[in-house]
Amino acid sequence: MKRVSLLVSGLMLLVSGPLLADPESDRLAFVNYFEERFPDVELEAYVNGVYALDEASYEQWLQIEEFPPYELAVEDGEELFNTPFANGKSYADCFDNGGIGIRQNYPYFDADRGEVVTLEYAINLCREANGEEPLGYKKGAIASISAYMAYTSRGNRFEMTIPDDPRALAAYNNGKQYFYSKRGQLNFSCADCHVNNAGMHIRADKLSPSLGHPTHFPVYRSKWGELGTLHRRFDGCNKQVRAEPLPAQGEDYRDLEYFLTYMSNGMETNGPGARK
Amino acid sequence: MQLQRRIFLSGAVAISALLAVPRALLAAYPAKAFEQKDPGDALKSLFGSAEHSPSDKITLTAPDIAENGAVVPISVATTIEGATAISVIVEQNPQPLVASFDLTPGTAADVSTRIKMGKTSNVIAVVQADGKLYSTSKEVKVTIGGCGG
Amino acid sequence: MASGIRIRAKLEDGVAEVKCLMKHDMETGTRKDAKTGELIPAHYITDVTCEHNGKVVMTAHWGPAVSKNPYFAFKVKDAKPGDVIKVSWVDNEGATDSVEETLE
Repeated sequence: MKRVSLLVSGLMLLVSGPLLADPESDRLAFVNYFEERFPDVELEAYVNGVYALDEASYEQWLQIEEFPPYELAVEDGEELFNTPFANGKSYADCFDNGGIGIRQNYPYFDADRGEVVTLEYAINLCREANGEEPLGYKKGAIASISAYMAYTSRGNRFEMTIPDDPRALAAYNNGKQYFYSKRGQLNFSCADCHVNNAGMHIRADKLSPSLGHPTHFPVYRSKWGELGTLHRRFDGCNKQVRAEPLPAQGEDYRDLEYFLTYMSNGMETNGPGARK
Repeated sequence: MQLQRRIFLSGAVAISALLAVPRALLAAYPAKAFEQKDPGDALKSLFGSAEHSPSDKITLTAPDIAENGAVVPISVATTIEGATAISVIVEQNPQPLVASFDLTPGTAADVSTRIKMGKTSNVIAVVQADGKLYSTSKEVKVTIGGCGG
Repeated sequence: MASGIRIRAKLEDGVAEVKCLMKHDMETGTRKDAKTGELIPAHYITDVTCEHNGKVVMTAHWGPAVSKNPYFAFKVKDAKPGDVIKVSWVDNEGATDSVEETLE
């Protein structure tokens, strides 16, 4: 186990230099790590997070999925999505295909803006372009709208390409670096829990694998009793290792989402998800 | 009709329980039962008696380890003839009575819901049939999550 | 406003399996508001009534220990296509909600 992770980290270090940065090799190594670590788990199953690794909680999750609590939020999201702005325009005007079935196109590197644009970021960009106040990024209306848009996109595969633009590559590497760097009083990196110790227990919880993580957001967490976005979870994870969380939809979190989504490239989007 | 109304007016809920009168007709909210801090007192308040005998004709489905104590999926079904009510009790909850379902011949004795559990506890499903109480119980472990907790 | 109860019914061999998800906070009254430190008042569904073609077939009494956004599933006997199932609730503040579903 240790040898494999050392080898993988070694590989990561090798390819992390800008000259040798190759996201696709990173991704293949990432997927390969999990395939070797959990030989009985099919690649597609990772969209279900920890439930792909734990039978007992998988059963409970299926029971919740019989009538998932996020259905109410998706309905709210649909209503919000279809409500026009004060100027008469609506979200459909900002997005391809009227905003339906496009979750898998995010995040992407916007060459004009010179930055990574995530779905929630795009929702607020749309609002601002139409004279509306931006929404909070972690929960509430933005999560409901994002959930509705994710719901209409279920089953669509992520087909990300990182453009041949040094800024895009820099964003990818920034996200990658964040993922592998230790932080907080507990001195954990994202990889410590979600790569090296995926499937192991931290107190009474089984750690979910990083592969497939962004596919099922936003999530309805039983703990929150409501929906939360991916950046809300980043915030929570940072606090749990006693690190100062960064601003939701700030550059680092967006770059992190860019890296994470690329690692799950090719997988199906299946948000919103229900989790503990 | 007359008999039931007389019973209702006299306020003797205990008698009505023994006569297996469809509770739907007397469906006042059993506030006192929900306030009780002891499972036995809750049953006594609800059904007039806390005596129940274990039965293998009640199927209680609940996880061994609850993923999250705030949302524990449970199901209770029974093949006991003439079941008129199903109640769910979480022994260690500050108020053990969680929910009670009054059945009529129009419904099957099979209900599912999701409940809150404060900590590891026995979940007890009580079935009232022909004025008697039957039960089955299962321990559900509730943990403090390391990352979700 | 649309109903805050989502309902699904599946008819098979004369039995309708009905599942519903109700939008409700189900506050126990023992939680404190994170910002003000004040107790959030108890607010929960107390009575649930299930009707089949206008006739009450089940009533449920709930306490606040039923989960937030309660899920509730039950089975109605002697059901046929065209029958109407109605689920309604009342909470401790006197608010109500209901939904109807016609079986197919």
